[in-house]
Amino acid sequence: MRHRVGFNRLDRKTSHRKAMLRNMVTSLFRYERITTTKAKALEARRIADKMITRAKEDTVHSRRIIAKDIGDKEILNKLFTEIAPMFQERAGGYTRILKLGQRQGDAAEVVLLELVEKTEDKKEEKKKAKKKAPKKAAEAAAE
Amino acid sequence: MAVPKYKTSKARTRTRKSINMKLVAPKLVECSTCGNKVLPHRVCPKCGFYRGKQVLNLEDIG
Ligand SMILES: [Zn+2]
Repeated sequence: MRHRVGFNRLDRKTSHRKAMLRNMVTSLFRYERITTTKAKALEARRIADKMITRAKEDTVHSRRIIAKDIGDKEILNKLFTEIAPMFQERAGGYTRILKLGQRQGDAAEVVLLELVEKTEDKKEEKKKAKKKAPKKAAEAAAE
Repeated sequence: MAVPKYKTSKARTRTRKSINMKLVAPKLVECSTCGNKVLPHRVCPKCGFYRGKQVLNLEDIG
């Protein structure tokens, strides 16, 4: 029974909605932070979170399943090699929604949908770790 | 068929509706970083901080 398992149709036909959400999720993985309305963000995050969970296991099978929705090979690769590994320890809750206020014109609630962890931060951490390591080695050598 | 005997006066209509016509002032809280009044659970539009963290760089947006 699929009772009480609903979703927001976002006032669009299936094909329109699917195309829009695919584009949004692709953008989310590309820029790691997107600005949209609250309703759209909630629907996009459902898909994005499921994708990340699947991408934690980097197999041909899971890659093919996600490639159905993400056409951009570059982004597909980024999801599997950069984004999913960051969340290996985290059991869900990969995205964050921050409310920004109301949009001028239709008073829609605008939000920021972002990944909880950013690939840039990870790269910086690695750089810092690398920088620290030679210093320690140098200190040890000096002593 | 049951039909109203009297026309509803303007006063009666407005009294009935008045309960829903009340304007409610938005509940504002102070931004913990700059002290600006903001709606609760919202990113501060003045400084871009939310819960003590810089989440928006306002200079980037312009
Ligand atoms: Zn502020």
